[in-house]
Amino acid sequence: MNAITQSTDKIASEAHDLSARARRAGVVAAKFADNIDAENRFPQEGIDALKAERLLGIMVPVDLGGEGANISQIAEVCAVLGQYCSSTAMIYSMHMIKLSSLVAHGTAYEWHCNIMRRIAAEQLLLASSTTEAGSGDLRNSTCAVVRDGANFRLEKDATCISYGELADMILVTARANPESPSTDQVLVVALKGQYKLERTFDWDTLGMRGTRSQGYKFDCTAPVEQIIPQPFAEIAAQSMLATCHLLWGALWYGIASEAFNRAQAFVKAAARRSPNAIGPGGLRLAEASVTLQEMRAVVVDGLKRYEAACRMEDPSSSMSYLVAMNNVKVSASALMVKVLDQAVMICGLPGYKNNTPYSLTRLMRDAHSARIMISNDRILSNTSSLLLMARQDATLLG
Amino acid sequence: MIEEIRRLIAKHCNMPGDVAALTEDADLYGAGLSSFASVQLMLAIEDRYDVEFPERMLNRKTFASIGSIAQALRQIVPEGMAA
Repeated sequence: MNAITQSTDKIASEAHDLSARARRAGVVAAKFADNIDAENRFPQEGIDALKAERLLGIMVPVDLGGEGANISQIAEVCAVLGQYCSSTAMIYSMHMIKLSSLVAHGTAYEWHCNIMRRIAAEQLLLASSTTEAGSGDLRNSTCAVVRDGANFRLEKDATCISYGELADMILVTARANPESPSTDQVLVVALKGQYKLERTFDWDTLGMRGTRSQGYKFDCTAPVEQIIPQPFAEIAAQSMLATCHLLWGALWYGIASEAFNRAQAFVKAAARRSPNAIGPGGLRLAEASVTLQEMRAVVVDGLKRYEAACRMEDPSSSMSYLVAMNNVKVSASALMVKVLDQAVMICGLPGYKNNTPYSLTRLMRDAHSARIMISNDRILSNTSSLLLMARQDATLLG
Repeated sequence: MIEEIRRLIAKHCNMPGDVAALTEDADLYGAGLSSFASVQLMLAIEDRYDVEFPERMLNRKTFASIGSIAQALRQIVPEGMAA
């Protein structure tokens, strides 16, 4: 066996190992998925299972005690989890999106290396605060870091911090100082115990109920070394946005796959009863498999582009790359809803009802979050301005 | 060319601060240039010099400072036009 084959085998076995661990955690999460949805609560059991499988630190570099998993491996974990519990998968992906900012932009700094070591060793959970009451959005902050000697104070009227009270730390965007324009932002790592959270908005939604994305008044005092030195503009462009679209696309593919599996089981059961007459459900299932394949292709193409871009000097630099990442999100979110729509037409009433083997109700409600979370309209409007700069690549393989 | 770029920034980019005070290598994003404004700026420059930026130049780096814009522009503006 030559060295190349060996290393390929090693990668394949690691990927298999991660998938197997994700599947074991997923099986636990799935048992509680309906209850989490019904009681509008945090998927504690699913997150505990992820920790038991030591999946929270896999993106951390090996020399900091993690497993150095790449974006595709993490996307695979998200896709597996999406088949079992949408909220657990969404929380896992959001955790990983935040962790990607540390991994991509924090390895040069001692404090951030130490926190990555702790994340891997103690399986700490990361949350995010980017949106803000008033005019604040991802790339504009109203609140500002106020430095006072070795410490800073940051107060933020955060409209949404998913699983904020349950996280071990929150990564928060803010203006770099009180004089900065709204776009001159930094990303601050705030540890539990350093901040107070006062709840302002409840999370009572159609689906994705377990993410507990409530609003809070956030108030934090912490050492200035916890601020990531690189400007947030670069963090957003280089790691955060692409990671977000890709990992969400991956977990949505998991949700769509599960819906497809239920529809397929329904068609098979009907075929067993009357083997000589595959009804319209069979045809619809064939159509759904086309949609599911489109969805998979979009996500996999995005992952390949991301990995190719990471090998370049300035990964975020090309406009056509940013357009492609935006398109992954818009496309995958819409295709998932389409698969769910096809699946419910196949399963009929048993799909529309709760508590049947073919029930699609929770998945349908979860799926409808995707086009809203970072609204596709907003992404399309961003793409429309990028398209004034991007040139379309007409080649098939680049 | 530097002054012309500065004029186009002042006209099209809705910057929060004083554009005249921006040095050639000042970080435009740090000074408040939004991604949308960078697109407006690119279109204004293309219109002013009757050129089209090639794909390899369409990135954050090109529009990071007045100096980097000028450097890119010098490569694509025909000689004698670069006023």
